[in-house]
Amino acid sequence: MIFKKPKNTLEGHGKFSVASLKNYNQKSFDDELSVECLKCKKNLSSSELADTMYVCPYCHYHFLLNVRRRINNICDKNSFEEFDKDMASFNIIAFPEYDKKLRNAQMESAEKEAVVCGKCTINGYPAAIFVMNPYFMMGSMGTIVGEKITRLFELATEEHLPVVGFSVSGGARMQEGILSLMQMAKISGAVKLHSDAGNLYLCVLTDPTMGGVTASFAMEADIIIAEPFARIGFAGPRVIEQTTGKKLPEGFQSSAFLLKKGFVDDIVDRRRHKKYIGRILKLHVREGAF
Amino acid sequence: MTAYERVSQARAKGRATTVDYIENIIGNFMEMHGDRRFADDGSIIAGIGTLGDMSVTVIGVEKGKNVKERGLRNSGSAHPEGYRKALRQMKLAEKFCRPVICFVDTPGAFCGVGAEERGQGQAIAENLMEMMTLKTPIISIVIGEGGSGGALALAVADEVWMLENSVYSVISPEGCAAILWKDGSKANEAAECLKLTAEDLLKFEVIEKIIPEDEKIFKTIKQELIRTFEKNKSEKELTEKRYKRFRKIGAPK
Repeated sequence: MIFKKPKNTLEGHGKFSVASLKNYNQKSFDDELSVECLKCKKNLSSSELADTMYVCPYCHYHFLLNVRRRINNICDKNSFEEFDKDMASFNIIAFPEYDKKLRNAQMESAEKEAVVCGKCTINGYPAAIFVMNPYFMMGSMGTIVGEKITRLFELATEEHLPVVGFSVSGGARMQEGILSLMQMAKISGAVKLHSDAGNLYLCVLTDPTMGGVTASFAMEADIIIAEPFARIGFAGPRVIEQTTGKKLPEGFQSSAFLLKKGFVDDIVDRRRHKKYIGRILKLHVREGAF
Repeated sequence: MTAYERVSQARAKGRATTVDYIENIIGNFMEMHGDRRFADDGSIIAGIGTLGDMSVTVIGVEKGKNVKERGLRNSGSAHPEGYRKALRQMKLAEKFCRPVICFVDTPGAFCGVGAEERGQGQAIAENLMEMMTLKTPIISIVIGEGGSGGALALAVADEVWMLENSVYSVISPEGCAAILWKDGSKANEAAECLKLTAEDLLKFEVIEKIIPEDEKIFKTIKQELIRTFEKNKSEKELTEKRYKRFRKIGAPK
């Protein structure tokens, strides 16, 4: 699959505006659009990208992926059952402009919050699943994200289900102040109880996974895999450059860097996720535990 | 006092740091170094001692009192090995049934190349997870700055107390202002918005107690610690209560 020859070179397509680039994978298939790969700069068509799960067929760059597309890619057909769909944040500490930001995020993403949680089967194996949304305030974690993921782990503990998670986040959502920070501890507690009960938790780190999400549930999984070219870290590169006054080396905080340093189990191409996760789930089936 | 004045107080030179609290509250303190994996992090002091007639484990972030000390202590910004050292001591506390006292005073976990290479995020995450079910009592006291994840990594506790002029926040007011308004000098306004004072946090039920900063402060803390640790709870009760403590934060009413 990875070595498949690109279909065509798509000559003659015009450049793409930034605004529509942001929504490239939310448009319907009928709108044939041209997208420039952010890495190799080749022109790609939106239908071609949809066929390749939004991976550049030339350089394998992984574009941001809409939550619903991710769920369709991973879950068996019609198996996904969503939880807490309508749970939405409100301006809990009366932070200026937050109401407006939330409304915009909800409109842009057509979702209520930055994470979608539910239950599904993956290649026939049941799992609880959460998928974070890069189009909702860059997947930042506030109280509702914390609550939804905590509930998912609690349900998975009760029903002895493995949890499969996809992280993408700029970190804790500062507009909810200390309450966002506390979600790190809250989710970690639920992950621990799920783990202590002998259940599997697999997390896929996607671009970007930073800050309070890296420093909590993203790094707490039994098996951690990363998408190629994802940026994963605690502190943002700009902050590190400012603190240390040094230019950062090429590839710093990339998934390859984390693999080399021993913090992820493997790097797995998006197009192989379903098969990979299905195999892992198969190896962890808890029938008649001994 | 405005929120930013509290921030300035919490960071003020000459303010008591972890070493002062240990000296005045803990008897026969013996420091234990190193995380057994990579190095000893000077930003975090860990060790054992007595609180009244109880054996206790004490862990605290130390900023240092002068330029030289601040160099050695990295101004209280710990590396992953600091959090791993803390966790190692907590595990020993669990083994030997000693309560744990944490003093929090940090601008945040260190942002640097080495810290990232050695898994700053992973180190903090592991502490959050392990502390939640640690089978021994934990009390954390924010004595100055409670800077984000670096503070939380020592504050997954049964009770969290804050000094009157301490602050505890998801991001520094400067960082918040830089992101929101692209202007780090608007830290004043950001501090107001973030709701990071002890009063705010008590209102949100994120902390249990505010300790007044008067001349009796060490005595107050010592008495309160002894009183709290003397309430005997079973291990199960203890960890269940700790889980619920965090579970309710941000849960829709």
